[in-house]
Amino acid sequence: MVTQQQLEDAMDQRFSKEVYKKLKSARVCIAGLGGLGSNIALMLARSGIGTLKLIDFDRVDITNLNRQAYRISHIGKLKTEALKEMIEEVNPYIQVETVTAKVTEENVTELFKGEKILCEAFDNPEYKALLVNSVLEHSPETILVSGSGMAGYGNSNLIQTKRKMNNFYVCGDEISDAYAGMGLLSPRVSICAGHQANMVIRLILE
Amino acid sequence: MAKINGEEVTNAAGKTIMEYLTEAGYDSRRVAIERNGSIIPKKSYEEVIITEADTIEIVSFVGGG
Repeated sequence: MVTQQQLEDAMDQRFSKEVYKKLKSARVCIAGLGGLGSNIALMLARSGIGTLKLIDFDRVDITNLNRQAYRISHIGKLKTEALKEMIEEVNPYIQVETVTAKVTEENVTELFKGEKILCEAFDNPEYKALLVNSVLEHSPETILVSGSGMAGYGNSNLIQTKRKMNNFYVCGDEISDAYAGMGLLSPRVSICAGHQANMVIRLILE
Repeated sequence: MAKINGEEVTNAAGKTIMEYLTEAGYDSRRVAIERNGSIIPKKSYEEVIITEADTIEIVSFVGGG
């Protein structure tokens, strides 16, 4: 068994100890564990974020494998459980809290209350809007990092991170919708997830 | 002139948020809107009237994740 000390010593030592201390004491909530959320969670786990709260209602399906971090062995499992397993294989000392629930108008405020950093990683644009509106309206302590616009295989460089409001960042090209004829592919979804994960790290370290 | 998403918009003042969204082709179920630094609650879209002095940011979500 690899020890926590070994994993910590193995981080890129060109960063100061202070950097990893800040990351380790941080807590990030991820809502939606699809192509964005599963990749964001693993990137943050590799970066040494101390606590991750993962929220999704769904189970891993074979159609998820084209862009989500899951494997064939996860098919049929709850995404919360499958992702927790994968995170443990990267770093078993990260605290992972899971909530298996669908976000609705009724539970949205309660689910995210008190969270300092929240990644919105839903698939459905109406649920994205529901979460963002509710959090910005009722949780002024939360900084929200959302993903919007990563379908297809258009120019990667159009995917950007923008501060839209005081506590609200949007990553994506804001245009590329997923619809019949224009699906989701791993590269652009992962690029967008990378933007979200890096924005989270900037919020923690800056 | 009201400023919406960084641009001065001539025909927006005097309209409700909902009227402006419909005219500009937004789907009100997919947006989040900030007006002068504060989020506009969804339930107020029919009531809030845009003024000449307003600075408004409309974020419209697309699908995929």
